[in-house]
Amino acid sequence: MSGTFVGMPAFPEAAHEAVNNPTLRGNLRHATHTIRAKREKAVAEVSDWAQLREAGKQIKDHTLRHLDRYLVQLEESVMAAGGTVHWAADADEANDIVTQLVKMTGESEVVKVKSMATQEIGLNEALEAEGIRAYETDLAELIVQLGKDRPSHILVPAIHRNRGEIRDIFEREMSEWGRPAPEGLSDTPAELAEAARLHLREKFLRAKVGISGANFMVADTGTLVVVESEGNGRMCLTLPETLISVVGIEKIVPTWQDLEVFLQTLPRSSTAERMNPYTSTWTGTTDEDGPGTFHLVLLDNGRSDTLADEVGRQALRCIRCSACLNVCPVYERAGGHAYGSVYPGPIGAILSPQLRGTGSEIDASLPYASTLCGACYEVCPVAIDIPEVLVHLRERIVQGGPVVHEGNKVVLKPAKGHAAERAAMRAARWAFAHPGALRTGQRLASRTRRLHPRTLPGPGKAWSDTRDLPPVPAEPFRDWWQRTGGGKEGGK
Amino acid sequence: MRVALFLTCVNDTLYPDTGRAVVKLLTRLGVDVDFPMSQTCCGQAHYNTGYRHEAEPLARHFSDVFREYEAIVTPSGSCGAMVRELYPRMGERARAEGRGSGLAAALAPVVPKTFELTEFLVDVLGVTDVGAYYPHTVTYHPTCHGLRGLGLGDRPRRLLQAVKGLELKELPGADECCGFGGTFALKNPDVSAAMGTDKVRNAESTGAEVLCAADNSCLMHIGGTMGRLESDMRPVHIAEILASTEEEPTP
Repeated sequence: MSGTFVGMPAFPEAAHEAVNNPTLRGNLRHATHTIRAKREKAVAEVSDWAQLREAGKQIKDHTLRHLDRYLVQLEESVMAAGGTVHWAADADEANDIVTQLVKMTGESEVVKVKSMATQEIGLNEALEAEGIRAYETDLAELIVQLGKDRPSHILVPAIHRNRGEIRDIFEREMSEWGRPAPEGLSDTPAELAEAARLHLREKFLRAKVGISGANFMVADTGTLVVVESEGNGRMCLTLPETLISVVGIEKIVPTWQDLEVFLQTLPRSSTAERMNPYTSTWTGTTDEDGPGTFHLVLLDNGRSDTLADEVGRQALRCIRCSACLNVCPVYERAGGHAYGSVYPGPIGAILSPQLRGTGSEIDASLPYASTLCGACYEVCPVAIDIPEVLVHLRERIVQGGPVVHEGNKVVLKPAKGHAAERAAMRAARWAFAHPGALRTGQRLASRTRRLHPRTLPGPGKAWSDTRDLPPVPAEPFRDWWQRTGGGKEGGK
Repeated sequence: MRVALFLTCVNDTLYPDTGRAVVKLLTRLGVDVDFPMSQTCCGQAHYNTGYRHEAEPLARHFSDVFREYEAIVTPSGSCGAMVRELYPRMGERARAEGRGSGLAAALAPVVPKTFELTEFLVDVLGVTDVGAYYPHTVTYHPTCHGLRGLGLGDRPRRLLQAVKGLELKELPGADECCGFGGTFALKNPDVSAAMGTDKVRNAESTGAEVLCAADNSCLMHIGGTMGRLESDMRPVHIAEILASTEEEPTP
């Protein structure tokens, strides 16, 4: 994934800053709670939500099971409609393909529709290195790009910014990239939106190359679909002469009929709307209408490896609605940046360590960035059991085991840094398997209870730093039970 | 009816009052309660931290201890969910890994007859008024594994509403996690503490004297946070409220 995140510290350390930044926490709390409440209402309007959720899950599972077949069908349909298909095994390959395609047009700037896949591979940075400037046209992406910032939410990349901060960014940076911000810009949403509109319009009308992702690809007609709210996507998809779409291989649905399910569940789960304001579909090229040249870059980048994992593969059902982020209490406090990936929140915690492997400090810590409260699973419109995958990945980290890496079967060793925990877990298991030993330990704790310190040593210190420890009782339950014959002998 | 009390290792060691309350309550309702002395831990902490192989012998042990009983009752939504939701999954995984169906077969008998306390009262005994008296204002926190794992729904609230003298206050953001999450509290202390603080502030805003839940591990975290924030509220397990009577009130 994007080089921006290489060398990130583990999640707890990365989250420390956000947790202790009251402005950021306020911004996140306000935004997630607002959209959470709206989503609940939008979902409650649909009487068959449970069935839609199940249908979405099954369509995705079916497609993933036969992905090889549907990918070939898609390639044939796209070519028959006048498009060209490229296959990219990883980020570098995808970036090279796109860079070459842009260079062939002789252009040095492109307009972009917001796309997770191009962020995942760090396309903007790769293009920049080759002298090509990529302009983000989604309002929130524009804020992030101008602010030299990183996105912190899948759907609302600038969720961590408030209006005042956005005005300052526009005033300071817009002139560096094109049309400057109007004089005396205020922080009202209407004025901020108008400033962005004027700034972006110049770019839409000038650009000869557009780059997009896609929310869905329909295999039988070779159609790509983007849903968005601002109309910038429609502009990027129709005005340029050349359109390059970079899409993860898991984004296929077999037919237009399957699409129907997701066009209901995605907008309600993501923006809490009944329909997306703009639903754009494009099939190859059409004479005199839209781009005359169309390239589709199909991106693997860890997806085949993820597909090989029986438990973890359900993460590939994800339609990037970000409902799980908005209900996650950990995301709400830690913010998106702490996840060290373009995919933050609960889905990021299972997707990133699968797409990138668990080798880095951040990736090995992500499966633990959850209390397993289950709110993410409950809200997911394609029923990804995120807690199940989190526990599965934890197991991979502490116990190691077989995985598929770049198409080859390898056996992972247990991650470093878990030795003390592993020893403690084994010791606890031993004691629990020997009730006598457990009882001895309980009695010892009871007898020495007046000597117990108020703070714990070692890893327990973090607990007692912010919470009072419960006092150890004078007598564990089992001793009371035995002493009083189960309370029958009047023992209190 | 003869049922086994699965008290859980946390309750047994740190919260024996909860166990005594369950015995008192169930006995009052005419249930013959046994406490198999060889019980230990369901293995949830192991399983959820990634040590599934360490959890397997504990699950087997659980099955050996409890399989002969008509019903197994536990005052913990979390440990109840471990048995009901995750034991079948453990058995399936062992089978999928080519280690045979032994574990699945061993666990199968205990899974359907394990009940969380409030579930047992409402669904099995068919009571919502357990004859309790508790003259305090109470707010109820539905813990995540009880709420979403077991789907306890409004059972605990119905039981509380039937308690004489008890005034129930709605908890804002009730379905949000308190931030305990087992080893999460140790591995992500900052986020865990922030979540706990928000939970306590929400609870305080109700003006209730008592925050009640059906899981002592969540109450340990919330109560520990209350102590540090010098809150006037007290954490109390729902079993202790339901066991309370005019003759023998729980403080």
